[in-house]
Amino acid sequence: MNIIACVKQVPDTEAQIKVKGDGSGIDEGGIKWVMNPYDEYGVEEALKLKEKLGGEVTIVCLGPARAMETIRTALAMGAEKGIHICDPALDNADAYTTAAALAAAIKGIPYDIIFCGQRAIDDDSGQVGSVLADLLGVPQFTIVMKVDIDGQKIKAVKPIEGAQLVIDGPLPCVVTATKGLNEPRYASLPGIMKAKKKPVDVKDAAALGVSTDVKAKVAKFVPPPARPPGKIICADDTPEGKAAELAKLLREEAKVI
Amino acid sequence: MAKGVWIVAEQRDGALRKVSFELASTARKLADQLGDDVCAVLCGSGVEGLAAELGKYGVDKVFVADNPALEPYTTDAHSAAVAKIVKENDPAILLLGASVLGKDLSSRLVGKLATGMATDCTDIKIADGKLVAFRPMYAGKCYGEVVFSAAPAMASLRPNVFPIVESAKAAAVVKVDAGLDPAQLKTKIAEIQKEASGKIDVTEANIIVSGGRGMKGPEGYGILEELAAVLGAAVGASRAAVDAGWRLQSDQVGQTGKVVSPNLYIACGISGAIQHLAGMSSSKYIVAINKDQEAPIFAKADYGVVDDLFKVVPALTVECKKLLA
Repeated sequence: MNIIACVKQVPDTEAQIKVKGDGSGIDEGGIKWVMNPYDEYGVEEALKLKEKLGGEVTIVCLGPARAMETIRTALAMGAEKGIHICDPALDNADAYTTAAALAAAIKGIPYDIIFCGQRAIDDDSGQVGSVLADLLGVPQFTIVMKVDIDGQKIKAVKPIEGAQLVIDGPLPCVVTATKGLNEPRYASLPGIMKAKKKPVDVKDAAALGVSTDVKAKVAKFVPPPARPPGKIICADDTPEGKAAELAKLLREEAKVI
Repeated sequence: MAKGVWIVAEQRDGALRKVSFELASTARKLADQLGDDVCAVLCGSGVEGLAAELGKYGVDKVFVADNPALEPYTTDAHSAAVAKIVKENDPAILLLGASVLGKDLSSRLVGKLATGMATDCTDIKIADGKLVAFRPMYAGKCYGEVVFSAAPAMASLRPNVFPIVESAKAAAVVKVDAGLDPAQLKTKIAEIQKEASGKIDVTEANIIVSGGRGMKGPEGYGILEELAAVLGAAVGASRAAVDAGWRLQSDQVGQTGKVVSPNLYIACGISGAIQHLAGMSSSKYIVAINKDQEAPIFAKADYGVVDDLFKVVPALTVECKKLLA
């Protein structure tokens, strides 16, 4: 089984995000960079499938030079090799441009299944996996929390509002992973040592023959709208008194109940 | 030249979903500014009868693709049908709901239509005749203003945020051939497992009662369920509670869970880790109930109660029951 896992490097969930003064982006100072948590579920599932069915796992990542750390992390977890799409002209790539670059990098590598995270927790766009599937002409299974592979068939479980869909289809395909799919492993020390020697191909847009133009772009970044200061409810200082006051405010002032 | 504001209406089990009316109302507003028409695409099996209802919210024309292969939803069938109809008509703007299936469909359409999309928008407007979309990024830690250089300019709209406005149009209904090639329909829904009836998903709820580590264990959520039942609310949870196995994954609110914008979010025993605040700070009203007055959640709250939640929540349930009786 040949498996590809796409990964992105993103700010840690605990990171405070500050917008640059001119609104052109976020201030990257002091940010701790990690593998996108949803991509981690994809890498883990790829490794589990490889361990069960044999084959190899290739990591594909688009990102600046620092993203090499994230590729090494995935290799340390157990993947065999990596492709790093690294080109400053792709720094502001939108979903279509990103997926086109990933598709070009994947072209020529045999694969049965491609894992992506269901969304990256930086731009929260959630499109790349589907666009990649479309460009490769294969089915997609998005926001998946369970995968069963039987020969060249896949069964995926996808939660929707109020229900779960069990979806059948053929390989090859793209699966976008969500929380619940598995518990990603930590890289072991021997794994980290071995990862340093694993091959990573670095390619730019020209080498892949892809455009760096975008179809949607963030023209301006802005801080979230400020919330007006709230009030602490004291009432008569008993839990019952506070609850009564709160219920009254929600009903009469906020008018939300 | 690309012209017109289009929406993809979402239906399930023979009824239009609320987000469809939010899409129609929003498209109407944009189209009035542009002097254009609003068109909707409606896909399914036996759904023609639903088309007229979209007129009530401002849709001029509904393209109905009625085909047994379009029920239940699959990415393959719906994306092929919508892409065909959209390509034949070349709209300037295409809006979908950022519901679970809307996200699946819209992102595949980005590939099929080779265009750009702003996901999960909380506001959109027309500036200089073009779409500008406003959307949270980093789960709401900052926002981005998105502009487009391809057609159709696509945006998916966060459910529950855009107002529904009636405008009583008589929508023309056009039946169209979905043009489905059975060889392209590679996936099928083997099973639909419904969750306990009456359960409201956190992304669709007007009110969310949410609990964190302060609930002390899975049994602590009983009092939140009782309050939620009185308010018609969904019960959410913090990452700490989900990781501890107290609540289901599908209930998690935050940067690695669901990002929600209800009218009222009642945070109980949630300290307010930044990744949680990111997922709920666009709620219209936030209530925090926590005995630690230093908890960061109070900085986001419209109303704060510093006290033992195990005493306050049951009392609040009693008070709400009285008020709503």
